[in-house]
Amino acid sequence: MHELIDSLFMRELGNPVLREKRDSAILNIGGKKIAFTTDSYVVNPIFFPGGDIGSLAVHGTVNDLSVCGAKPLFISLGLIIEEGLEKSVLEKITRSIRNAAGRAGVKVVTGDTKVVEKGSCDKIFINTSGIGEIYYPGLSAGKIKPGDSIILSGTIGEHAISVLSKREGISFSSKIKSDSAPLNGLIAKALKASDRVKFMRDPTRGGVATTLNEMAAERKFGIAIDEKRLPVTAGVKAGCELLGFDPLYLACEGRCLIIAAKEDEKKIISAIRRDPLGKNARIIGHTTKDNRGKVYMNTISGGKRIVGMLTGEELPRIC
Amino acid sequence: MCLAVPMKIVEVNGDEGFVGSSGLKRKANFSLIKDPKIGEYVLLHAGFAIERVKEKEALKTLKILRDI
Amino acid sequence: MKYVDEFRNRRLIDKVAGEIRRAADPKRTYNIMEVCGTHTMSIFRFGLRSLLPENIRLISGPGCPVCVTPNEYIDKAIAIANMKNVIVATFGDMLKVPGSYSSLEKEKAKTADIRIVYSSLDALDLAKKHPNKEVVFLGIGFETTAPTVAQSVIIAGKSAVENYSVLCGHKTMPEVMEALVKDGPSAGSGPVLSKAAHGMSAASKDGSIKVDAFLLPGHVSAIIGLKPYGFLSKIYKKRCVVSGFEPLDIMQAILMIIRQARPEVEIQYKRIIEKNGNPLAKKSIKNVFEKCPSVWRGIGCVKNSGLKIRKSYGAFDAELRFKPRIKKTRDNTRCFCGYILKGLKTPYDCPSFARGCTPENPIGACMVSSEGTCAAYYKYGKDTLKPR
Repeated sequence: MHELIDSLFMRELGNPVLREKRDSAILNIGGKKIAFTTDSYVVNPIFFPGGDIGSLAVHGTVNDLSVCGAKPLFISLGLIIEEGLEKSVLEKITRSIRNAAGRAGVKVVTGDTKVVEKGSCDKIFINTSGIGEIYYPGLSAGKIKPGDSIILSGTIGEHAISVLSKREGISFSSKIKSDSAPLNGLIAKALKASDRVKFMRDPTRGGVATTLNEMAAERKFGIAIDEKRLPVTAGVKAGCELLGFDPLYLACEGRCLIIAAKEDEKKIISAIRRDPLGKNARIIGHTTKDNRGKVYMNTISGGKRIVGMLTGEELPRIC
Repeated sequence: MCLAVPMKIVEVNGDEGFVGSSGLKRKANFSLIKDPKIGEYVLLHAGFAIERVKEKEALKTLKILRDI
Repeated sequence: MKYVDEFRNRRLIDKVAGEIRRAADPKRTYNIMEVCGTHTMSIFRFGLRSLLPENIRLISGPGCPVCVTPNEYIDKAIAIANMKNVIVATFGDMLKVPGSYSSLEKEKAKTADIRIVYSSLDALDLAKKHPNKEVVFLGIGFETTAPTVAQSVIIAGKSAVENYSVLCGHKTMPEVMEALVKDGPSAGSGPVLSKAAHGMSAASKDGSIKVDAFLLPGHVSAIIGLKPYGFLSKIYKKRCVVSGFEPLDIMQAILMIIRQARPEVEIQYKRIIEKNGNPLAKKSIKNVFEKCPSVWRGIGCVKNSGLKIRKSYGAFDAELRFKPRIKKTRDNTRCFCGYILKGLKTPYDCPSFARGCTPENPIGACMVSSEGTCAAYYKYGKDTLKPR
């Protein structure tokens, strides 16, 4: 995917804003700094414990705006619906979108609907784009220096496991609910507590490992995290053991990574923990002077290992 | 080879049943072990219990290591 | 006790690491081969090499059933997947393995109905759910998995499910271990690589690595017991310990290997292993399968190292049912998997490693399998481990 983006899209469409490859583009419009983002949602199954494709579509875009220091304001809603999708399903998803938007404090202000032939898409695909107003300017991976703290806002992997638990062929029952949630409230608390937050990102596809690698790639710092500090619930651990997954690579949809100056780490953690979504926030590691561009982990068994990017998809295995 | 997880037997219906761990529950087939009992731990591989976990031995192993 | 975290206890692991340093003879090297992909992954995942002294070397052998599955099997699976009204059900491990011309993943993206399952029983359920389709399960794995697949066939027979069959690619461990120990670099029937690949090799012609000891596979051993390994210590004088998969298990097993006064087969994984294995599982394998010669990728044909479905269960044999026709099997000559699977070279010695062969674009099975040696080196160690 990264290769495709670089070799095709950047080549054909590249401009200074696009090349920054942020979660949201930061634009100057009439003197105001506006964040603009887009994302498409194709999750299967469309209903899963703790959410559905509708709420996911709202939360994902709200979060992409929030991690750039923007207050999410408006979103667009593009639906591609497979012919024959039951009306009740569409109604359920629409209500879910309404509730998610209300919870996040954003308005759906424009939209589009297309119906395609049976087989042309898997029940329903959703695209949401969003705009927000920047209130915490200057967030940039370029500001990260060795010695900065890496804060994770909550437990990892619940979204991936909850979705998998419903997939035909590998189903298992679990109490695990997706962590899909809007992070704008939690992030606002963190940004209010400190003016030394440098960068934020939400670990969606590819999980914490991939997001940290993306941050460190080609930069003048390395990353060291502690396995024993990673917040993972017993249920997710059990699901990972069963299917052969590594929680570091599992997608989250309601968590964020915050990089900030070490001096402010305690302030930020206390502020986040006051938010209902941040109760399990932890400082999971720090940026380092050595091992530039790489992510290392001190394992629970006292060893040390490199944490690479997710290559391909985490597939359930027996080996 | 091969990924197998210790899980607790939570339900038995003849050769079939369920195993669980930390809130996670999975169908399991017990035809490869004798007399599966609720509360026992078994090694689950590809949907089958392939061996029971012996608690006494596990405790012995840990004690040997603690006494090194 | 849940039997996982207790065996990841940092303090105990440090203790055992200290004891290994004390017990190891600094004047010699210990070459310990593990023949189980799950061991390979565990060692990397928990960073165990960084806890061991330099003179203890852990070598990966042919322990990944996905890695050793030959192109021919994949080609047949693909041929079957492309037949009308067929659903191929497979463990996730197999999806990206390259065959001679394509992979199951690539075919799935076109028109083939290929589904990932966690258990052969999930595949059987698919057969019951889709009575107008044929469901073919890809039976891959060693003796740990074989009895589970055998049971699925027995259950299918008892429930009169007629649209379920298995493409059997199961292999067994002891015979290939004997081939490795007996023949070393020339183990197996045929030439490993073409002349061109040999020419690319940076290592010396002999290039054999002496194996002193084996970390025996814990879960295969849970099924087959200890007897099948007797020849390793009796005849070939190798130290052997059946090891579990948690970091503490592996560390204790290594300590036991170092401490062995004379070569024998010992059990570290006492909470699971019975000396005679699992009689019900062994019976199940014998009921449904019989031994046959088997081709191991990179090694060639090893006598008696494979399983095939008996005539009495021929109705469930996908090979008989579909008679898949395939084009001539092609082996990729830029792939060093053969050397790597025999423990003769590490991925660093392969000219394609990380330079054209990556997990996203694998040339050989060692890279694509989640437990392949190359995949493990790439994911965990390409920057930390020094080439040996």
